[in-house]
Amino acid sequence: MRAVRSIFTCVLLGGLAAGGIAAAPALAQDAPTPPHQQWSWEGPFGTYDLAAAQRGFQVYSEVCSACHSMKELHYRDLAGIGLSPRQIKAIAAAVTVPDGVDDQGSPKEAPGTPGSQFRSPFPNDQAARAALNGALPPDLSEIVNAREGHADYVYAILNGFSDPPPGFKLQAGLNYNEYFPGHQIAMPQPLHDGQVTYADGTPNTVPQMAHDVVTFLAWAANPELVQRKQIGWRVVLFLVVMTGLTYAVKRKVWADVEH
Amino acid sequence: MAGQQHDSNFSNPVIQWIDTRLPIFTMLQKEYAVFPTPKNFNYFWNFGALAMVILMIMIATGILLAMNYQPNTHLAFDSVQHIMRDVNYGWLIRYLHENGASMFFIVTYIHMFRGLYYGSYKKPRELLWMLGVVILLLMMATAFMGYVLPWGQMSYWGATVITNLFSAFPIVGHPIVTWLWGGFSVDNPTLNRFFSLHYLLPFVLVGVIFLHVAALHVVGSNNPLGIDVKSPQDTVPFHPYYTAKDSVGICVFLLIFAIIVFFMPNLLSDPNNFIPANPLQTPSDIVPEWYFLPFYAILRSIPNKLAGVCLMFGSILVLFVLPWLDTSPVRSARFRPIYRQLIWVWVAAVIGLGICGANKPIGIWVVLSRIFALYYYLHFLVILPVLGKLERPLPLPDSISRPVIGGGGGPLPGGATAKPMEKA
Repeated sequence: MRAVRSIFTCVLLGGLAAGGIAAAPALAQDAPTPPHQQWSWEGPFGTYDLAAAQRGFQVYSEVCSACHSMKELHYRDLAGIGLSPRQIKAIAAAVTVPDGVDDQGSPKEAPGTPGSQFRSPFPNDQAARAALNGALPPDLSEIVNAREGHADYVYAILNGFSDPPPGFKLQAGLNYNEYFPGHQIAMPQPLHDGQVTYADGTPNTVPQMAHDVVTFLAWAANPELVQRKQIGWRVVLFLVVMTGLTYAVKRKVWADVEH
Repeated sequence: MAGQQHDSNFSNPVIQWIDTRLPIFTMLQKEYAVFPTPKNFNYFWNFGALAMVILMIMIATGILLAMNYQPNTHLAFDSVQHIMRDVNYGWLIRYLHENGASMFFIVTYIHMFRGLYYGSYKKPRELLWMLGVVILLLMMATAFMGYVLPWGQMSYWGATVITNLFSAFPIVGHPIVTWLWGGFSVDNPTLNRFFSLHYLLPFVLVGVIFLHVAALHVVGSNNPLGIDVKSPQDTVPFHPYYTAKDSVGICVFLLIFAIIVFFMPNLLSDPNNFIPANPLQTPSDIVPEWYFLPFYAILRSIPNKLAGVCLMFGSILVLFVLPWLDTSPVRSARFRPIYRQLIWVWVAAVIGLGICGANKPIGIWVVLSRIFALYYYLHFLVILPVLGKLERPLPLPDSISRPVIGGGGGPLPGGATAKPMEKA
């Protein structure tokens, strides 16, 4: 047993040793499986609930974006959750984004355009760590794809904050979360009841806001999903017909061969 | 000065003109139209053609991806995101390429199983089989390097673990690893060369596949009965019979491929590879792609690194000598009552190894992977040599057109089968 573990560790850590890097201790994998939620984009016909995604974008803008970047997205992409070109222009113009250098060679900023990348809250990772007690908030562009459990996991994390159970030793500056591996997460509880005011009168409870922002993040991670399934149905139907025809041809060709 | 012109008789004057100077049409006619092919193939014989189709899809999508990909550690991850989000139908091209790799391995593994089950590696097809093993090795190298290119966490750490395997070899090990990396860790030079080689190797693959097919066209195809072609009655011309049958297989294959690409494109991808590579943070579990899992399980089942590495590579290299390990003169498992069952035990062991490879090497998984790895080698090194001597094969049919003696459903020799030959 020990020998096997040591070979595995040896193989695994061989790279680390060669790279002169210390391995981070493996996190305890004792978090429960996130419960499955109903999501609008599931199944072969599922598409994004655009109203939820728009509300989710509002939650991201007003809450998450204070710490989390979404570097892979541009404001023009928001057409994918049903925003009009005018709305997108207004959203982009409301933020300032880096805009190269001026005549003196100093970095300058300008109002965003639809072609701008989503504004990042920090200029770089070091600045983020310095401001946030050493923690680095992950970029959210791909977060739904990048976690085991996907949308269910992100939803569970947003709803999973509580006081630690008695006897649990929480390190200073960390927060208790039932679904986070090891239960100690640097992010404080981000959503609180009534935090965001929805224009459409949807109740602004934590589960509702979490559901909306996860819908937005799922769209952000796989914006091609709707078009992909639409094309997919046509391709599959075509191939079903094609397979039938080809099989008929094959039968006809082989009809005169005893085999 | 006039050399000898090729004697050609195509009715189309353009084809005739070209063919007398460069007889490619005569060659195609001979190798792909009238090429006499055993008439009793089952659908297992589709998988070679399927592998060709998927290789062409991989090369086409790969060329398009390379137009937008940046082989630089600072840009690679974002350039893949750019392909997925901004390039027109970039998501489609990438999902085809990404899932195409898995499809390529499924198809190739079934193709190899076909060879194992029906004894296609036996005389006179040994070299054909060995070229196939070279193709498998090239595919594995290509797939491994391709998986590094998106520069996600699993790309980086997979590359680190696998390249480090070479450090197990005494004395030369570490210099080899440094040489592979182009530095002292997996870094930009590694990514650059992997991109270069990932682009190169598929064309080497095409070359070896050409030899594989050329060898096939010298010795001819095996068939489910595993007996030699005895007369023209046993064969049909490749076209239209097998072009039609391969087309059915290709349509079904494309249908399955399309369902995966359009409805579950991330089914086989690891969430960790959506996180940019970070040399300072190791994922809690480093797992290769599914098609490497059985070999990964063999590697981890041995408590000595060098022995594990040797047994892992050995598990593929043993296939090179398979034609001489199997001492039975009978090809098809249909007529080998014991081999016919043991081959499935071997398949179960390989699948078992794959499951072990996906789990952390602790507790029962270590025990199981050792048992399966042992059986894997036992099958090739002990069972096949001994079984060939002990097993009493069933009586072989006289010919393909007159199959199993007393097997019922007596087909008509002559008349019905002669007809297709007239077209040839």
